[in-house]
Amino acid sequence: MEFLGLVNYALFTAIFIAIYALLALGLNIQWGFAGLFNAGIAGFFAVGAYTSAVLTTPADDGRLGGFDLHFVLGWIGAMLAAALVAWPIGKICLRFRSDYLAIASIGVAEIIRLVIKSEEVVTNGARGISGIPRPAGDIGYTESQIAYLVIVLAVLIAAYVLVERQFNAPWGRMMRAIRDNEDAAKAMGKDVEFRRLEAFIFGAALMGLGGALFAHFNRSITPEAIDPMVATFLVWIMLILGGSGNNRGAILGAAVVWIIWSVSEIATDRLPHEYAIQAKYIRLFLIGLMLQLVLRFRPEGLLPEPLRGDLRGSRRTTKSGADHNQARSTGPEIDL
Amino acid sequence: MDLFELLNFYVIPGIVLGSIYALGAVGITLIFAILRYAHLAHGDLATFGAFVALACVTAMGVPPLAALPIAILVTAAIAVGIDKVFYEHLRERPKIVTVMASLGIALMLRSVVQVVWGVDTQTYSRGIVRPEDYFGLRIRDRELYTVAALIVLVGGLQLFLTRSKWGKAMRAMSDNPNLALLSGIDNRKVVMLTWVIAGGLCAASGFFLGYNTEIKSMMGWHMLLPMFAAAILGGVGRVEGAVLGGLIVGIAEELSVLVIPSEYKAAMAFAILLFMLLVRPTGLLKGKVL
Repeated sequence: MEFLGLVNYALFTAIFIAIYALLALGLNIQWGFAGLFNAGIAGFFAVGAYTSAVLTTPADDGRLGGFDLHFVLGWIGAMLAAALVAWPIGKICLRFRSDYLAIASIGVAEIIRLVIKSEEVVTNGARGISGIPRPAGDIGYTESQIAYLVIVLAVLIAAYVLVERQFNAPWGRMMRAIRDNEDAAKAMGKDVEFRRLEAFIFGAALMGLGGALFAHFNRSITPEAIDPMVATFLVWIMLILGGSGNNRGAILGAAVVWIIWSVSEIATDRLPHEYAIQAKYIRLFLIGLMLQLVLRFRPEGLLPEPLRGDLRGSRRTTKSGADHNQARSTGPEIDL
Repeated sequence: MDLFELLNFYVIPGIVLGSIYALGAVGITLIFAILRYAHLAHGDLATFGAFVALACVTAMGVPPLAALPIAILVTAAIAVGIDKVFYEHLRERPKIVTVMASLGIALMLRSVVQVVWGVDTQTYSRGIVRPEDYFGLRIRDRELYTVAALIVLVGGLQLFLTRSKWGKAMRAMSDNPNLALLSGIDNRKVVMLTWVIAGGLCAASGFFLGYNTEIKSMMGWHMLLPMFAAAILGGVGRVEGAVLGGLIVGIAEELSVLVIPSEYKAAMAFAILLFMLLVRPTGLLKGKVL
């Protein structure tokens, strides 16, 4: 019994790591490849989760749908919906420096939260949507967990292979060129805005897929299922610690951070009740501090971005070429 | 609906809310223009200031308004400290790294507030305050104090920026950092002054939000979007623009409940932000676009 419990816990953790790894991969396309700051990861996650939930649940009188579709269609729908939300935001904000995107993406996440809470017709309000079918969900508990882990891993590997392929393809090189020296890329005739929009939308689609995987794993989705700020922040620290610009780093970071995060939860759960609530916030403080320490002492992360040839010494801080203040500071730079 | 009803229930609360946003937006616009990044921890710094004032009120029993100067000083010192410990060493790196660090600082500040003061809703003083009647306009004293504080603090800041040597140095750094550095302006002092001003105004903003409504650990985070909308609406780098922007966003939020469901009041700031970025990114008063 004890052993089975451990196995189940390990399976649960592994599924969560795989889902977060997918989110970190999505963020890596946006930040690691293109240098776009998305602070609304939880928003795209939620869009994906709810879209798939509406598409795949059996019909319900109280709300829109459900359409009782196959889960694969639900997941594709989740990616499309997240991409569709990302498109107008990217269209408006990507003309400017990434600071504007950061603010706007916080806003998007906030609006999505409001919509989910108040549009009962679509999302069933605070009660959320339950009865989301899980692929291979009607066999025994442990078997079904194993089956779902296999499915999630397959999705993750497929996403990894595709993203890694893009990273090494001309498209990936072009994205990094735009990220590192916008002016030069423009001078070479690259459509900077459009390429950034591409990266933003692809990344958002992966985040939507992550949300869908989460909803089907949980079999239900409610507005309180995830804390937006915590989820967004966890994905950020996963990518930065793992190594932005490196897909393996993103996955490694997801594993390391999620394990630290859940071990600390086990530790704080053992505290007496009056300290337990405070301990939750101390964990948040420490995760914030961890980001500061990584940014300061190991900005390239555990697995730095792979660079071909001797590029490392010649990189300059011209990530945003238009800003003279930045162009002025020279010297070896991290791979952001 | 007659005119007085419109003024009493929508415009006056809008002006008060707008003044609160404006206090925060001035700090955001200064940081955006002088240090050149979006400071995402601004809302949570305001929360921190509000709770410092609450600590003064509960520990020393002083009236809330007397706690305001203490909160301003403490928060200004904290802001300078955060810059020294967490932001200073990122200065030579791409600015977006500092934006990311500030998101982490937002989380850290909020969790400090939640650990020290808990997550329950609190108030500076109990009991209902009845509004006074001024020729049909119903205004509470605290609403007058809020607007008065905005006028005094921002008026003082404008005098400082236009008349004093260091104020001019700050404006020079905002206009052309290279030229300013060449002419011998001490960058470190300008940065520190910017944080003192932004931190102090932040505390005032958080304090007045708590004074007019309630004090919650999430209140600052929810103010972040309206404050940024105000700063961009007014034009980045323009202090008077931030005040104008804050008032417009505040009034627009309060008036929005007349046409859209009240749950979406918070979406108003976001709509204004996107609209301005779309049609006039320099803002109403011709600010910068970074």
